Order: sequence, then structure tokens, then C-alpha cells
Amino acid sequence: MIKSSDEKRNGTGDGTRVNEIAIEARNTIKAFGQGGVAVRALDDVSVEIRKGEFFTVLGPSGCGKTTLLRLIAGFETPTSGQILLHGTDITHLPPNKRPVNTVFQSYALFPHLTVAENVGFALKMQGRPRAEVAQTAREMLELVRLGHLADRRITQMSGGQQQRVALARALAARPQVLLLDEPLSALDLKLRQEMQVELKRLQHETGITFVFVTHDQEEALTMSDRIGVMSAGKIQQIGSPREIYTRPVNRFVASFIGETNFLPATLGPEGAHLSGGEVIELATSGPRHGPVTLTVRPEQLRLTPPDEPGALPAIVTDWVYLGTDTHVHLQLRDGTALVARLQSNPTGETDLTRGGAMGVRFAPGAVQVVEE
Amino acid sequence: MSALEDQARARSVRNAWALSAPALVILAVAAVGPLLIVLVYSFLTPGKYGNVEWQFSTDGWLGILFTRDIFDDTLKLADAHLTIWWRSVRLSLLTTLFTFAVGFPTAWFIATRPPRARGFWLFLITIPFWTNLLIRTFAINEVIRNEGLFNTVMIRLGLFSEPLRIINTDAAVLMGMTYVYLPLMVLPLFAAIDRFDMRLLEAGYDLYANRWQVLRHVILPIVKPGIVAGSILVFVPSLGAYVTPRVLGGGKNMMIGNFIELQFGQGRNWPLGAALSVTLLLITTAALLFYVRAANKGGNGHG
Repeated sequence: MIKSSDEKRNGTGDGTRVNEIAIEARNTIKAFGQGGVAVRALDDVSVEIRKGEFFTVLGPSGCGKTTLLRLIAGFETPTSGQILLHGTDITHLPPNKRPVNTVFQSYALFPHLTVAENVGFALKMQGRPRAEVAQTAREMLELVRLGHLADRRITQMSGGQQQRVALARALAARPQVLLLDEPLSALDLKLRQEMQVELKRLQHETGITFVFVTHDQEEALTMSDRIGVMSAGKIQQIGSPREIYTRPVNRFVASFIGETNFLPATLGPEGAHLSGGEVIELATSGPRHGPVTLTVRPEQLRLTPPDEPGALPAIVTDWVYLGTDTHVHLQLRDGTALVARLQSNPTGETDLTRGGAMGVRFAPGAVQVVEE
Repeated sequence: MSALEDQARARSVRNAWALSAPALVILAVAAVGPLLIVLVYSFLTPGKYGNVEWQFSTDGWLGILFTRDIFDDTLKLADAHLTIWWRSVRLSLLTTLFTFAVGFPTAWFIATRPPRARGFWLFLITIPFWTNLLIRTFAINEVIRNEGLFNTVMIRLGLFSEPLRIINTDAAVLMGMTYVYLPLMVLPLFAAIDRFDMRLLEAGYDLYANRWQVLRHVILPIVKPGIVAGSILVFVPSLGAYVTPRVLGGGKNMMIGNFIELQFGQGRNWPLGAALSVTLLLITTAALLFYVRAANKGGNGHG
């Protein structure tokens, strides 16, 4: 289906995949408006998306992730920079000439056509024979498990069904890259979780490169091979869900994906010095010195008796029982507030007291230095 | 209990009839009555000085397409009548086509303006309605007649050596009707395009449709109810047009409206005029039925 690429690359990821680049954005800038009031929706974004991977662009609304998707689809032209598909420059190719299809946030299904006609639309526009169009539409509807509803009108379909039709329609022409623009945001929680599994299955079965845009970090972590975290028109970090979660490069990434604690510290030769005088040993000792921010996930905190050697002295300010977990709010001597997520015990009871002294330890390697 | 319910229902039915009585009376007196008179007159014999004689005859109806030979009374197809019918239908269809060709881009333009600007553009479209139709038609006459604005300018510029004869031709009538009926095409088209979800355009392009295919397979089918409504609104009055062909077409390029008028005036053949009127009404009704069916079919999928 997808043949040859000019650019073969050596793997830096999990190694099992051929790390051929399907789509690449190279130094793309997209400015809206003119002159002094111009706003950069994309500010020098470069990203390489590998063939056959499930790549998620994650970021808050207005971060430019949809603009990036629209540049790849061809609905927008970058102010500067290039979009490459398998090494070929497609920056100025109109959307109807790109082997790239989109699942729109609003689905954008054609109301005047039946479900099967919607799915067959791309092939019909390509001038394929009628029989082939019908056959492919049928197969695609089977793939998304809607084979029995082929002759329905779009308006007779539920939101979840429309979602599947939109998927089938975008996959029907076997695009080299499938773009998904927050396709699950209109669905309720249960349906959304079903579709997450469904999307992974479809991606696996078709082998098509998926570029998925979302603001939902859980969605991103669940489905992606790699995630590109965006903020303010820039890519902040690209990596596997595990890398993004455990080794965030900056404060934004650390706080946007999951919950976390921040501690101001000063780097010295033996570790990070908190302002209260305690020293935390770091797994990776960089060459850096001076003031930094440390981050550690709430589930990496351990509570100890207050006088245990090596533990940071802290005071329990509050706790919240959340079923499986209990969140314990703590305060260090220098005033830094921390949250620890502990597994609740079988009775749900705790022996904590508000204002009581406790020791805090961090799991080995859990503390990361992040940029502001 | 059931008797009480029946009584209540009977009372509400009586009230409904009583409340609609004024409207029904007006409809009976002003619409159904005159139509019946027209229908009855079409089956009578023409009087010598206009009016009718109360004697049954189908000559009025035969006169729509046929004429009687003066000498042996045999029926022949009346070429003049056929020409008028053909001209009316042809010019009306062409008017519909031209108003669509001009009106669709216009309506698209208006519907794609920012919401606040749309009101202004729509307002411009309705300006011609402020002036009497007759005056507007004479204004066109003034522009296109042999000594009119257009020809004078062209001759002064040396582009024409003699005036281009536009006035008193079918082209003049077509031009006039296209101008007069254009708003009736633009407004329903605008309403349809305004409802059109522009995101579908991107979906179309994304799915390998070129601009022409997007127009043909996405836009036109979806705004079809607006196209049909506009076409009917233009076609129906075009068919019965009277003022425009009279002022711009001269005496020779008659359309059905003028032909009917002729029968009630100089022609002194009221039954023929009545029969022609009823025929026109039937054609119009057929067009409207076609519209209702097409609109229902189109509206089926997306309300």
C-alpha cells in the first residue's frame, strides 16, 4: 500500500518498527492576521511522524494543534516552512491531491447522502468503477461494524454511529495518513472509551499512520505510540507516553500531563538543595548548577514516621479519600505544598491527623529537574 | 362521559369553522368565485362587442392551439398561437436559467459575508422593489432603445456605426425579465446557502473532490430546495408576464399574458381569453406540484 521513501532513518524508538518518516513538518510558521496584530498559531514547529505510528498532538485549546493538522491536510498553507509526505514537499498541494484524509471534529458527513454513499464518496470522486465503490464502502462499514446500516440517512444515526461513519469514510480511500481532529470530544465517557479501543484496533488492522489531535491527556496516554505536547504554538516535547509522563522536560508538560508536585531547589554537587536545607539525590546528575524546579508525581511519594533518617520532615495539612487512593496534602518546612497519592487501605481509614508531623520520601529516580 | 367528550369536540370544531369563516368568505368571493366565472366563460360564445353570449361552445378551448379556416371551418394548428406559447415557455425557462446563473454567485457572495454585512447586501437586493415595475421597465427601455443610453454611448465611442437593435426583440424581453425577477431567485438561494454547513466544503476537498466536483456533488444537492424554490418563483410569474414583454418586446413579441389581454381587449374573444387563462393556471399548478415533490424529496434527508 505505502511504498518506498526517500528518507530511511535509523530507529531511535522501540526498534521494532521501521522508522520511516510518513509526514514531516519542517520549521512551519503559521501566522494569522497582518503585521503588528499577527498571531503565530504555529511558531517554528518541526515534527517527524513515523510511518504506521499512532501519533498524538496534545495540548490545550488554542495551542495550535488543530492548525498543525490543517496544514498537513492542506486546508491552510504555512506562512513559512514545509510539509513533507514521505520526503516529498506537499506544502502547496491542495487537499484533494493529498493522500491524506481527515476525521473532522464535527464529522462533516454529507446530509444528502446515505451512509454507504458517504463512505464511498472519496472513491467516487477518484472516478473508481461503481462496483468497486460499493464494494469498498461495504467493507469499510463492516470494519467499523456498521454493515447493517449502509442505507440509512446520516440524520438517522446516533452520535457514536456518525463517528464510525466518519472514520469509515476517511479510511475508504486508504490514505497514507489519517488525521483525526478531536473526534471523540462530542461523545459521552463510555462511548469515548469504546472508541479509543476501536481506534487502536483500526490503526492496527489498517497499518495507516494516525495523527490524532486532542486536549485530553488520558486519551493521549491510552492510545498513542508517541505524543507531541504543544503549547503556545510550539512543540514542547515529543516522546512515548512513558517518556512524557516520567521525564517531562518543562513545567508545562509536567503539569499538563497528569498531576504533579513542584519543588524549588538549587543544584549542587551532591544533589538538589531545598531551601529548608534538605538535599535530594538525583538519578541523573546533569552538569547544571543553580536554581531549578524539581517535579515528582504524587504516586511517587512515600510517607514515613517523622523521625526516619533521610526523610523530609513535613506536616499533614489535609487528606481526601478517593476510593482506591487517598490524597494526602503536605507542607514542607520551607512552605512548599506537596500532594501524595497513597493507596487506600482496606477499611479506608487512616491514622493521619491534621497538623501531624510526617516524613516524606521520594521513590528512587522519581524526581526530575524541569525547565520553567 | 363519552357524550360529554363528543359535545366538547363538536363545539371546538364549530368554533374553528366560525373563526375561519371570514377568511373562507374572502377566499370564496375573491379567489374561487372569479376563477369559476373564468372557467364558465371559457365554455361560452364570444359576443360581438366583447363580453359573452350564453351559448355553450368549446371554440374558446380549441382556440388555444387551433384556428378555424375562414372558408371551410376546418381546424388547423394556429401557428401564431403556438409561437406565443413557445416564446412564453422558452423565455420563462431562459429567464429562470439566467437568474440562476447570476443569482447563485450573488447569493453565495452574500451568504459568505460576515453576518453583520449580510443585512446590507440583502437590503441592496430589495431596493428595486421600491419602484413601480412599469417605471423600472421603461428605464430599461430608455437604456436599450435605438436612441437610448447604450446605443448613443457606443456610437459616440465609434464602436457601432449604427444602433444595435435590442428593443422589441426577444432578447430585450429576456433581459428585462432577468432583471425584474432576479431578487426572487437570489432570496431563496441565499436562505438555502445560509443554512449550508461550510465545513462540508473542506470534507469534500479532503475526500479528493476538485472544485467542480464539490459544487456538483456537495453544494448543489444540498441547496437544491433553494434552487427549486427560486426557479418556481421566477418561472411562474415569467410565464404570465405582461408589462415586460409589452414595454420591451413591442406589439409583435407577445407572450401569453399579452395574448390574454388582447382577447379581452381588441380581440373581443372573452372565451378564448378565459380558456388561455385557465391553461396558464394549470401549467403554473403543475410547476408548483413539481416543486412540492422535489422539495419533499430534497428535504427528506436533512429536514
